[in-house]
Amino acid sequence: MIRARQVEKRFGDKRVLRGLDFELPLGGFLLVTGANGSGKTTLLRLCAGLGIPTAGELEVDAPREQVGFLGHEPLVYRELTALENLDLYGRLYRIPERRERIGMLLERFGLWDARADRVASYSRGMTQRLALCRALLHEPTLFVLDEPFTALDDEAALLLDRELAERRDRATFVVATHDPARVEPFASARLALAA
Amino acid sequence: MSSPNSRLPALAALALGLVAAATTLVFFFAPLDADQGLSQKIFYFHVPIALTAYACFGWGAWKALVHLWKREPAADLESYVAIHQGVIFGALTLLTGSIWARASWGVWWTWSSNQLVLFLVLFLFYCAYFMLRFSVDAGPQRANFSAVYALFGVALIPVSFLAIRLASDFIHPTVFTSAGPQMSGKMFFTFCVCLAAMLSLAATLSAVELSGKRLDVRLRELREALA
Amino acid sequence: MSYTRDVGALARKDFLLELRARDTLPAMLLFVIATLVVFHFALPSGSSDLASNGLLWVAILFTALLGLGRAFVPEREQGVLDGLVLAPCDRSAIWLAKSLAVLAFLAAVEVVALPAFAIFFSGIDGTTVAAVALADLGICAVGTFLAAMAAAGRARELLLPLLFLPLAIPIVVGGVGASVVADGGRYLGFLALYDAVFAIICWASFEYVVTE
Repeated sequence: MIRARQVEKRFGDKRVLRGLDFELPLGGFLLVTGANGSGKTTLLRLCAGLGIPTAGELEVDAPREQVGFLGHEPLVYRELTALENLDLYGRLYRIPERRERIGMLLERFGLWDARADRVASYSRGMTQRLALCRALLHEPTLFVLDEPFTALDDEAALLLDRELAERRDRATFVVATHDPARVEPFASARLALAA
Repeated sequence: MSSPNSRLPALAALALGLVAAATTLVFFFAPLDADQGLSQKIFYFHVPIALTAYACFGWGAWKALVHLWKREPAADLESYVAIHQGVIFGALTLLTGSIWARASWGVWWTWSSNQLVLFLVLFLFYCAYFMLRFSVDAGPQRANFSAVYALFGVALIPVSFLAIRLASDFIHPTVFTSAGPQMSGKMFFTFCVCLAAMLSLAATLSAVELSGKRLDVRLRELREALA
Repeated sequence: MSYTRDVGALARKDFLLELRARDTLPAMLLFVIATLVVFHFALPSGSSDLASNGLLWVAILFTALLGLGRAFVPEREQGVLDGLVLAPCDRSAIWLAKSLAVLAFLAAVEVVALPAFAIFFSGIDGTTVAAVALADLGICAVGTFLAAMAAAGRARELLLPLLFLPLAIPIVVGGVGASVVADGGRYLGFLALYDAVFAIICWASFEYVVTE
């Protein structure tokens, strides 16, 4: 699913990733750990297709409509409502039965009552939940999750656990986290990045 | 690829030789113009400098295309240096053009010279290139932005030229005629040598700047590797 | 065609954002009227109609700049641009949708500004209106593109005018020419050429502005 050969990424003079080699087969679960600044976020962005390596090769066998990304930013417009945000993504990802799917996700993550409120009025936990809805909206087969448990309250974290468990067999995962213990049971491969 | 540093002394020698030859030809070989006298000699510098500036912008745009298309790591730096040289030669074009206008017609600036006005527009455009580069941190984003902007520039050159020609309809030109002398054999030869001199000077300066910047990069890489 | 649908979905989002914020359009309207008033005081008596015609184009250009300064700010500041880039749509659709939204705002402002100009200064003929329409296309296409770059850097409010004005000079030439010269058809043709050349470049290279 993902093949990395001598992947290097630099920003100006700063080399954030160097000499990275790994292979993630279909259905695998890659757990990425490392201290702050070790390049976890950069690696995940490359896997999601938000950038290309400065050197080396990174092959990701999933087209964009099958990639679900969760980063540090929720990637939703604060001035729009949850419904409007998800509607936009629903259209862009050409999701069939868009409204039903959006409604179901909002309900599952406890955001149905706040669906017509602007995201600016949400708490951090609610925004993160909305980001999860966004990532799950198009039923991706490749999940790229950058520290997904941060900012989630216990209830939402349990929801995420459930989602991961449910999809474990049907999708491939690349997950970066500060708290590997939580995700450890799912992992099939581990990658520790050094700063 | 042969090391660029090895070519530098040869290039510098060539440039020096050509510039010396050009200067000699301009002042001792080329015929004195009946109307304008000595001031006409500025033409031998002004036009080659202008053409060199165009060449630099064109080369910069080419390297920009290479960067976007082939992702060659050196292309961004080469594009930047080419455009930097282009701006320097562009400024010199404006300067020599202004001196020529002063010497020929007694004014420091005239809007009737399409060439000069075009250069002014381009000068503004490429100065903004540097503002763009300064306002974005070094990295792939800055390289992409610079490359795309350089391509805009190359499209702007013909479009602006057309615009300025059209504009002369309603911006009343003063009665000066901008000289485009019919060149005799001697004049043409002198002109060609001057053109070659300016081009090789630009190439030398670019090579010097490039090697300086490459040295900077190497130094930073080494520093980072040791840290 | 799915490209059109993507552009539609994205443009819809831009209109929604403006509707919610309700600040760009009123500001542009107020700005253009205020500018026209300033022009009245800036033109010494005895200035020809032609001079004021030229100033119309200055007004349009700077009003457009005002609106363009807001383009892509939520995308860059809140990082939402990544979300749009991740989507399967062609990246150029992001640029096109935003341009269309800016175009709509600019046109809405001109619906007020042109009559105001006709009242304050001199009448406007059909050629001028056609020139304004063609110029708007170029302004929005190039301006939106540059706004995407400027918004990514520091001092974006300073950078956008610097990037935009040299590229806008041919537009001004085309516009003023069409308004002022008796047979303005050539200038309309030139404006169309400008629009075509730069729209193609923008369309082809927007991909590189939003990816790394």
